[in-house]
Amino acid sequence: MNSQVAHTDSGDANENGVPNNQPELIQFLTFKLGKEEYGIDILRIHEIRCWESVSRIPNVPHYEKGVLNLRGAIVPVIDLRERFGFESAETTEITAVIIVQVHEDEESKIMGMIVDSVSDVADVEKSLLQKAPEFGEKVNTQFISSLATANDRMIRVLNVDKLMQLNGVSQAD
Amino acid sequence: MSVDLAQFHQVFFEESFEGLEIMETGLLELDQGDVDSEQINTIFRAAHSIKGGSGTFGFTEVSDFTHVMETLLDEMRDGRRQVTQDVVNVLLRSVDCLREMLTAIQDENPIDLDRVKADQDALNVILGGEFSAVVESDADKGQSESVDQPVENESGSLAGWHVVFSPHPNLMQVGNEPIRIFREFAELGELEITVDDHGLPSFHDLVPEELHLSWDMTIKGLIDRTDIDDIFDWVEDDCDFAVRSLDEQNAAKSIPAVEKPAEPVSGNTVAASAEIPSKPEAKKPPAKKPSGTKAASKKSNTGSIRVETDKIDTLINMVGELVITQSMLGLIGENFEVNKLEQLQSGLAQLEHHTRELQESVMNIRMLPVSFIFSRFPRLVHDLSTKLNKKIELKLSGETTEVDKSVIEMISDPLVHLIRNSLDHGLEGPEERIQAGKPETGIVHLNAFHRGGSIVIEVSDDGRGLNAEKLREKAVERELIEEDEILSDKQAYELIMMPGFSTAEVVSDVSGRGVGMDVVRRNIQSLGGGIEIKSELGKGSVFSVNLPLTLAILEGQSIVVGDEVYIVPLISIIESISLHEEMIDNVAGNGETFKLRGEYLPIVRMHEIFSIPNPKVEDLSGGLLVVVEAQGVRFGLLVDDLLGQHQVVIKSLETNYKRVDGISGATIMGDGSVALIVDIPGLMTLSTQFNTNKSAA
Repeated sequence: MNSQVAHTDSGDANENGVPNNQPELIQFLTFKLGKEEYGIDILRIHEIRCWESVSRIPNVPHYEKGVLNLRGAIVPVIDLRERFGFESAETTEITAVIIVQVHEDEESKIMGMIVDSVSDVADVEKSLLQKAPEFGEKVNTQFISSLATANDRMIRVLNVDKLMQLNGVSQAD
Repeated sequence: MSVDLAQFHQVFFEESFEGLEIMETGLLELDQGDVDSEQINTIFRAAHSIKGGSGTFGFTEVSDFTHVMETLLDEMRDGRRQVTQDVVNVLLRSVDCLREMLTAIQDENPIDLDRVKADQDALNVILGGEFSAVVESDADKGQSESVDQPVENESGSLAGWHVVFSPHPNLMQVGNEPIRIFREFAELGELEITVDDHGLPSFHDLVPEELHLSWDMTIKGLIDRTDIDDIFDWVEDDCDFAVRSLDEQNAAKSIPAVEKPAEPVSGNTVAASAEIPSKPEAKKPPAKKPSGTKAASKKSNTGSIRVETDKIDTLINMVGELVITQSMLGLIGENFEVNKLEQLQSGLAQLEHHTRELQESVMNIRMLPVSFIFSRFPRLVHDLSTKLNKKIELKLSGETTEVDKSVIEMISDPLVHLIRNSLDHGLEGPEERIQAGKPETGIVHLNAFHRGGSIVIEVSDDGRGLNAEKLREKAVERELIEEDEILSDKQAYELIMMPGFSTAEVVSDVSGRGVGMDVVRRNIQSLGGGIEIKSELGKGSVFSVNLPLTLAILEGQSIVVGDEVYIVPLISIIESISLHEEMIDNVAGNGETFKLRGEYLPIVRMHEIFSIPNPKVEDLSGGLLVVVEAQGVRFGLLVDDLLGQHQVVIKSLETNYKRVDGISGATIMGDGSVALIVDIPGLMTLSTQFNTNKSAA
């Protein structure tokens, strides 16, 4: 687990010995697509499931794979690889479906995304988040809200609402 | 008070709207001249509750307005005022005004104070009728003089009231003090009080906190009855009091004479009330805008439902039995041996039985009798028939038929539209009817009943009926059909449901713009139902609306296409057949058709429309066809296999996903997988588009 040690940067303890304010930490669930690592705000994570087959929906974009039954709720599932326009890969035993909460026009929906594997939860100092570069990224930067560093890895933080917006145009289109 | 009353507002609004319904129904039922005091009492009590509630929450406009209504109602129930059509009409309009006020407050919109003032004035005019009669009768010699005025003009010697105040024994225990009341009276006018101590028990039995005295009070002066009522507001529930004007005490004339002073006034009220409709009409457009934006917030209002306790008790019993069955199965499962197999099977059968009963019971809870929708129609017919100058009687039958709450909410507007059409276009005016040899009063009949798995609501009238010829002509004129296209009468009738179609010569604000029926049909279809029209020229028409009993559960047929399972609603299925070579044909080289009992129907290849990979059946002959019907059109669905028929619980795709053309929802099968429910009318549209694209390519 990555830990940013909160000390000097955050300011010294004041004269009365009251402890410093902790730097604001955000936690991300990190996962992999191919070699690249992505992260999603942990507050948006509903649950993580093993990959299972879904029921196909006719006449929808190819990356909207279908729907699955989540304890009685009908939840749509998106293949992130296809969404980002990567080559598709075989599912393995570590392929996972991350169920997230998406906000759309004051409504809240539950959706799933298929990823290659799930890594860990990274704590990142909010002040250390970087803006995403405008170019040089394979993935359309409208989905990436910022970049973070954890354990010397670069994590592309995803904007869940934009990502899961349905009828959007994917990179491959 | 630090208690936030706002949390109780919702309950207040719900109860008040219910109260308004009660008042409206009661007012409509009041026979003229026949004072059924119990009925009036019911109306009075409803008004009283609204007044009290609104006062508590500080909605002063509402409580003030209701107070005036209450005063009038009180006079009616005491028999001091005749129940006439005009009074009822003004009260009905006041109920509308109240409803508007409450809606405005609920939506946090401003109240239309002009409307309130207009209606309040109308009420006061009636109330003050006795006063103005004094002025009138001098000028109008035609009226007989009446001496029943609670207040005389000049002399004032007879002006005043006699009040008998009999508190209940517990009056002082609830914190009320008679002396305060006397003080208030003393402020109103010259007060004389005598005490009546007949009710006093013997000294030994006397409980010091109980009050057994009553008082006779005489107050002289020009005092409003309402002021006296106000004083008693706080103690109303804990005492009995009778108020009589001093004049009435002395006069030998009986009460019905009050009717006469009402005459000169009624002229005013009709004029006043005729003006009022035009005002709210003008006010309506600006008022509509804020309600539009509020509609979005209404979506999140979950609403509530009243359930008979019997239904809840049944439910509790069933859950109890289910628990027993479950523990029995648990025991069997604990140390399971093969010789217990039979017990297990019978246990599972019981489980299925109880679960099904439970499901039915729970669905039943959401079922409400259609009388809920029907209740607003008498008022609608009453108002419209007056407006259109037609004599119309509304008959209702089958009001106890039960329907799911969601269906009730959605079907109300389409029904209103159908009734308005009947009244506006279908039914003739009195002269025309007499000429046609019909009774002067037209009849609109609303009938609800169950048929199969649906509920049918018929709107029938004995009016002009639909003219198939005229409809065809109009359709050709509007270029909706070809000149030489042959339409059966039934198909001609369906024309009126096409957008933009209207044969009405005059567009009234009631109907005739050609927008309604199309929307009505679409709304009903989106619920999984349909409309059928039957008519006979000169005799009348019948519009039958059929809807599934509940929107949550569907009887469906599972079909397999490729590797996927779909559910087709049983309502849409006519039959399933296997295709033979001879039945198949090609029309215009493109569309495949099959022959069924003399008719040529198109074939829809589901795997093409839904892009289903690996269909098993490509060759038509020997294929399985499910013949379905949508919007009067029939076609055959080519499928690979038929599985069973079951009841499925409909889950919306839109909750977490989006609307998909051709799919009306999803359901979870026994094995946990998701099956999609086919939307047959949608599929038909998709198929048409698909073929158009194919031939264009």
